[in-house]
Amino acid sequence: MEYLIHLAILFAIYATLGVSLNLVVGYTGLLSVTHAAFYGIGAYTTAIFLTKSGVGFFSSLVSGIVIVVVISFFVGVVLSKFKGDYYALVTFGFNAIIFAVFLNWQNLTNGSLGVPGISRPELFGINFANNFNFLILALIFFVLVYFASRFIVNSSFGRVLKAIREDETAIAVFGYKTLSFKLVVFIISAAMAAVAGSLFASYITFIDPSSFQLTESMFILAIIILGGLGNLRGSILGALFLILLPEILRFVGFSSDIDAQMRQVVYGIILILLMLYRPQGLIGEYKL
Amino acid sequence: MKIIETKNLVKRFNGVYAIDRLSIGIEKGQITGIIGPNGSGKTTLINLLSGVLKIDSGEIVVDETEKITRILPHQVFFYGITRTFQNVRLFEQMTVLDNILVVITERNIFSSLFEKHIEYHHKIAEEVLQKVGLWKKKNQLAANLSYGQRKLLEIARALAMKAEVYLFDEPFAGLFPEMRKIVSIIVQELKQKNKTVILIEHDIGLIRELCDYIFVMNEGRLLAEGKPESVLERKEIIEAYFGN
Repeated sequence: MEYLIHLAILFAIYATLGVSLNLVVGYTGLLSVTHAAFYGIGAYTTAIFLTKSGVGFFSSLVSGIVIVVVISFFVGVVLSKFKGDYYALVTFGFNAIIFAVFLNWQNLTNGSLGVPGISRPELFGINFANNFNFLILALIFFVLVYFASRFIVNSSFGRVLKAIREDETAIAVFGYKTLSFKLVVFIISAAMAAVAGSLFASYITFIDPSSFQLTESMFILAIIILGGLGNLRGSILGALFLILLPEILRFVGFSSDIDAQMRQVVYGIILILLMLYRPQGLIGEYKL
Repeated sequence: MKIIETKNLVKRFNGVYAIDRLSIGIEKGQITGIIGPNGSGKTTLINLLSGVLKIDSGEIVVDETEKITRILPHQVFFYGITRTFQNVRLFEQMTVLDNILVVITERNIFSSLFEKHIEYHHKIAEEVLQKVGLWKKKNQLAANLSYGQRKLLEIARALAMKAEVYLFDEPFAGLFPEMRKIVSIIVQELKQKNKTVILIEHDIGLIRELCDYIFVMNEGRLLAEGKPESVLERKEIIEAYFGN
């Protein structure tokens, strides 16, 4: 049971990351490969505040969001000068920079040794040290992020985002400052990733830079491409699929000496086959 | 009254003049045709007037008062200008209805987040889609429309803007006779409402039928201007357009 709860918590965190990244990639058509950076900043802010300043989880969560909003504003302004492949490359670069900061700012992040001893939240007498309670908390945040995202994509703002994805110049000549729309959705998405980061830090109780590498950004991107771009439920499905698939493969009877490697190979093959035969993802509405 | 004027307008691509010191004036409430062979700079002119391309030098004057030397695409709307594109540019993976609704939503980000499309917006969308015969296809993706329907949707999108100046870049190209008739009626109705239409067109018959005034361009320069019936009789125009 504990194992299932653990998977469910991971699912809630990655679904939050997927839904938020879908706003930028799936709805606005901006290929961002830097979500793990904002996820990491949220996680490190929570970890550092909780271990060094003694403030509560929710204050550190809000601090993480504020810091990410400020940083994503500046990153978003820089990104507004790029389009297409160049945009993706710049986001790639930003993730690499943030990872280097996590790794090398020893005094603050403790470098590769990471930050241990992060406490679990406590609210209204409920102790979230219990994994089941923590699952409820993670699901509450996920539901909040999901409904906020749904509100955004169903609004006129969301419709403009889709038009930007389809043809930015065409929508601009109808009077829309596309740079501002792109910047705002990028900041909102980053803030949501910070929430997931805070939850992750508090749940695992130990973080180090390895959790926020480029590969993590690629993993989150894989979730939304696999689930379906431009469809929030697709991100949920993608998270479910990519979190559960490796676990299901544990039950395939590979011999013990090649077990781990074979699981990775099968995992990769399944992803390749899915993209070959279902390039728009499981329930996607848009192809990159 | 001149609603749009260009004064010594210049646009170069890699040193080659696409628009070469062009000075023309567009009368308000008229249908003005811009004709010329391929590569004469007609679409470049429309792209400059709609902010899609940057002006290298010269200026655009709007309403005889507003002098513009630099215009960004999103500012064009505020000058009451809208356009269609030579190569149709729709929001492909959005429905026909959303292609219209998206251009009549709030331009302010905060307001657009909380805006609900009220009856008024749907009424505008229905009106323009009925006009081009696409109302029944409102829930289809734009990408699934035929070429002619896509052209009509683009025109409907421009109509929804309730602009003062309509820049139509080859709106009749590739249309069936029935669709051409619809577009022709739309252009004439705009004139009746005292709107200004700038029409790029290759079909001389349509130019004669619809336009009050025409500009003939060649190699980015103004070759001639005047009423279609007189300009289109001139020998040098016939040669430039149809060859010897």
